[in-house]
Amino acid sequence: NMPEINVTPLGAGQDVGRSCILVSIGGKNIMLDCGMHMGYNDDRRFPDFSYITQNGRLTDFLDCVIISHFHLDHCGALPYMSEMVGYDGPIYMTHPTKAICPILLEDFRKITVDKKGETNFFTSQMIKDCMKKVVPLNLHQTVQVDDELEIKAYYAGHVLGAAMVHIKVGSESVVYTVSVNKYAKSHISAWIDKCRPDILISESTYATTIRDSKRCRERDFLKKVHETIERGGKVLIPVFALGRAQELCILLETFWERMNLKAPIYFSTGLTEKANHYYKLFITWTNQKIRKTFVQRNMFEFKHIKAFDRSYADNPGPMVVFATPGMLHAGQSLQIFKKWAGNEKNMVIMPGYCVQGTIGHKILNGQRKLEMEGRATLDVKLQVEYMSFSAHADAKGIMQLIRMAEPRNMLLVHGEAVKMEFLKGKIEQEFSIDCYMPANGETATVTTNPSVPVDISLNLLKREMALGGPLPDPKKPRTMHGTLIMKENSLKLVSSEQALKELGLNEHQLRFTCRVQLQDPHSDPDTLHRIYTHLKSVLKGYTIQHLPDGTVMVESIVIKVSSSAEDTNAKVLLLSWSYQGGEYFFTALCIVKRLMYQ
Amino acid sequence: MKLYCLSGHPTLPCNVLKFKSTTIMLDCGLDTTSVLNFLPLPLVHSPRLSKLPGWISKDGTINLEKELKDCAGRVFVDSQPEFCLPERELLDLSTIDVILISNYHCMMALPYITEHTGFTGTVYATEPTLQIGRLLMEEVVNFMERVPKAQSATCWKNKEIQRMLPGPLKDAVDVWTWKRCYSMQEVNSALSKVQLVGYSQKVELFGAVQVSPLSSGYSLGSSNWIIQSHHEKVSYVSGSSLLTTHPQPMDQSSLKNSDVLILTGLTQMPTANPDGMLGEFCSNLAMTIRAGGNVLVPCYSSGVIYDLLECLYQFIESASLGTTPFYFISPVANSSLEFSQIFAEWLCHNKQTKVYLPEPPFPHAELIQTNKLKHYPSIHGDFSSEFRQPCVVFTGHPSLRFGDVVHFMELWGKSSLNTIIFTEPDFSYLDALAPYQPLAMKCVYCPIDTRLNFHQVSKLLKEVQPLHVVCPEQYTQPPLTQSHRSDLMLELQPPPMPYRRCSVLNLPFRRRYERVYILPELANSLVPSEIKPGVSVATVSAVVHSKDNKHTLQHGITEVKVEETADGHILHLQAEDTLIQLEEDGTHIVCDNNEPLRTTLRDLVLRFLQKL
Repeated sequence: NMPEINVTPLGAGQDVGRSCILVSIGGKNIMLDCGMHMGYNDDRRFPDFSYITQNGRLTDFLDCVIISHFHLDHCGALPYMSEMVGYDGPIYMTHPTKAICPILLEDFRKITVDKKGETNFFTSQMIKDCMKKVVPLNLHQTVQVDDELEIKAYYAGHVLGAAMVHIKVGSESVVYTVSVNKYAKSHISAWIDKCRPDILISESTYATTIRDSKRCRERDFLKKVHETIERGGKVLIPVFALGRAQELCILLETFWERMNLKAPIYFSTGLTEKANHYYKLFITWTNQKIRKTFVQRNMFEFKHIKAFDRSYADNPGPMVVFATPGMLHAGQSLQIFKKWAGNEKNMVIMPGYCVQGTIGHKILNGQRKLEMEGRATLDVKLQVEYMSFSAHADAKGIMQLIRMAEPRNMLLVHGEAVKMEFLKGKIEQEFSIDCYMPANGETATVTTNPSVPVDISLNLLKREMALGGPLPDPKKPRTMHGTLIMKENSLKLVSSEQALKELGLNEHQLRFTCRVQLQDPHSDPDTLHRIYTHLKSVLKGYTIQHLPDGTVMVESIVIKVSSSAEDTNAKVLLLSWSYQGGEYFFTALCIVKRLMYQ
Repeated sequence: MKLYCLSGHPTLPCNVLKFKSTTIMLDCGLDTTSVLNFLPLPLVHSPRLSKLPGWISKDGTINLEKELKDCAGRVFVDSQPEFCLPERELLDLSTIDVILISNYHCMMALPYITEHTGFTGTVYATEPTLQIGRLLMEEVVNFMERVPKAQSATCWKNKEIQRMLPGPLKDAVDVWTWKRCYSMQEVNSALSKVQLVGYSQKVELFGAVQVSPLSSGYSLGSSNWIIQSHHEKVSYVSGSSLLTTHPQPMDQSSLKNSDVLILTGLTQMPTANPDGMLGEFCSNLAMTIRAGGNVLVPCYSSGVIYDLLECLYQFIESASLGTTPFYFISPVANSSLEFSQIFAEWLCHNKQTKVYLPEPPFPHAELIQTNKLKHYPSIHGDFSSEFRQPCVVFTGHPSLRFGDVVHFMELWGKSSLNTIIFTEPDFSYLDALAPYQPLAMKCVYCPIDTRLNFHQVSKLLKEVQPLHVVCPEQYTQPPLTQSHRSDLMLELQPPPMPYRRCSVLNLPFRRRYERVYILPELANSLVPSEIKPGVSVATVSAVVHSKDNKHTLQHGITEVKVEETADGHILHLQAEDTLIQLEEDGTHIVCDNNEPLRTTLRDLVLRFLQKL
């Protein structure tokens, strides 16, 4: 039976949000991400952990949990999973993720419990307890989860601290990556190496878009902001507190500086300064350009961007406000949106993907009348712009990644089914590899065909190599014969003699005989005697005996002479030796042969 | 397996390990103690130094007035200071495949090796090691280039002349190989060959060897290295520390099961307790300031200075030094302070926790913010106008031969109110001070060396139990000045293998196994039979393919057809004219001069037998 790897999404299978993918490889079970869905407020908000077990805790069923980055659709269900369902094993994430994740979780908890008044939700203490189970990952460090399972993190770009992970058991491996952005390559740490995983699991949020260059998008963004400000309008940019927001802030900051603009820029929520601080301290995780200049000028110390106060929203005149959350589904960004939506001079710029059910998703789809709570409707008159700044993988990025890592199979998650289908076709066509896109709860199975590592005795290997010619000669194949000993968990390949010795087995006598024909006018005993004296003179240091029964013995080799009845000159030499005597045989044979020609 | 030892300096090592088919350089330390033989390079003209008398031998036959100067009875070379390079004649350095760097102090000779020997390989180092190492190199280059010296003294190096010189110049070795400092261009080119690695990252070298850096606890990003194949393991231990300072703690357990452990970089101050020294440093500093004097601390711009600043951060208020200015002067002062704050992953747990808050891990950020600590690129510029006394100045170079420290020695040396406090252990303080004699300023020697001491290392070795230990010969005997202290040496069973500069050691390895991979098709065709409970055997006949130092086994033999006769068990292979006679207690194979076939048959029979 062939070994296989099984991948089952509990969330993000042909869907965006609530990433949670189970991988079982080489007898190990790994959960990749543990996210929540922004579009739901009921049970569907979290992945369905009952798939793993119906009764109780998950600890016995999972070897580890790995979190790719701090976005809530990748870590939002973590305290629920570990503290409410129950999981005590290790949770791996990078240092920046470990730093930022609890803050976003707390934020999420506050909105859900304090504002919406939900009960039966995880508590602050649960977030703390959950974070105690976190083991921080360093880039490129090979972490041994146990004796067999190892994981290694690569830089992924996406957001601060985002990582690709390489999961390996024996010679089987899986790579999981969030949205890799192609700028990841500009990071000082190399991209993923040609690790040839059995499966590459990738997000495909923007599977059909091949986005125009980043520069164009940036210019476009600045132009739109500038035009709105010029005509006295207000710009709302709904963002998540950490991530692309910081890059957009840097962009506006430098633009304001260059154009000498006076309109205020605000950043909502108390997170701002803290968030920027994280970027300062984890600057090794940002891109090369920012890193290079950080000693002279830290890009995350903003002069033009100030903290927002709720009352500012009613101030007259132009302004730019970054407000959380990013999909306009709750909180400050939604409040400001409601205030500004009625004025066509204003603009809202959606810099990222919005999941179904959110206001962000509705207005992006052109809905101009929104039903709000309490049967009120909101007329959307302000301009709605969409700019894909969120660093999710696009088709080009994914194709590049495949070229780099050379996976044997591809598996897509975190995308819409239709778009995935398109990308799947493209991948299968271009790379001739199988591409899977399981739905939630559906299992994709890939059989692997690993080779078996064995320890060969160096004596045996060297002997074979000596026969095959001098080392190194990679092109010349050599045949080797040996015995494989399987004991406990070890596999040793040794010479048969050694195997016998090690296992204390009796040997079975194995004899060889070969005939050498020669012409010799002497009588049989004379011929034998001539051979005897010749061998004696040539083979110094060997035991050579002429036995009374008419045989000569060279060590364990027996030599006999006989002649045919018809032609007494035609002599047949019989050389016979045991299996163990083989080493001397060649010497003896050569000498006898040389004798023939004399 | 051989070890070539290119440096005799136990804490600035440079060894080359030939391991399987790879040639690996372990560290690239630059012995800078040679600069002590040179006159200091003053930043501003020093009448005192320029008036020093030239040296003429007593009998007047050798006149080196221009090259050598006499200061308080000691002779110094008046030239740009030169460094003692790793040995370059012992083996062809262009054959080096990789260089593994353990910490930023042990890479200072890198440009000499990578730029001038035909080196085409890769250098491996952690990110903090690279970044801070670059700063330290940049600093030295800057110190040298700021005060260019036209003269290059060479006459004194003549063997006949050197013999006649007074000590310690007379005893200096290999002076012909001493070299001036490299340029920034060479530094950049050398560092462009660095590939970054993380702790516990496994790096494959040509498929034959795997190397992996481990945290060594000594400085930011400092590492020990594991060099291993499937069956052999060499541990390379360089500067390591078990003290809790700022870096991530030392990874000890990964050093277990080594065949050979190469041990370098132990403390240079085995009798000085770092905590005690730190206390002495603070009290002397406070005493001097209270008496109205200035304090000069010659130091490297990274490393122990972070701990000194942290210690002062807690000490300043309690010692009411709140108004005393602290200056840190170095062309890389700002960068060093900034860089220290961004390497969260490489810091000890306490400092990591601060970053999660988020707060800067080192309190010097607050010292700078509150203007208690000011940093300047040099004494020129802003510093000269903002400079207030009494003050505390941290500046380099600790050898007192170049850098801004030379200026402060000239400025403050004549007053007994001032104090110089030595904290770096790399240079003998008496030698460092020699060209400034006579000196009125107070000297305090509190060397802080956090590296392993002999007690710690013997405990560590007991724990990790390497089969053999290789170390510099200095560690196998007590220090010259304390010959009775047998506790200041390594005592091991079996005794460590000592090396010195230019030693070539044969490492005691018994390689017995090698890793091969059996391809799935072949693996599936094997027929194991259980011989004893839990032990199975199967005979394997296969073709060995070797590529990139990896061996795989796969099918490759033409099947031999075996005819079996009914009763006699005689097999006749007609095409080969070969007879196989099978009986209860023996098998007889009769075949002529066809060795490959014979071998094949032999194994077939053996396989058959084992099935029985």
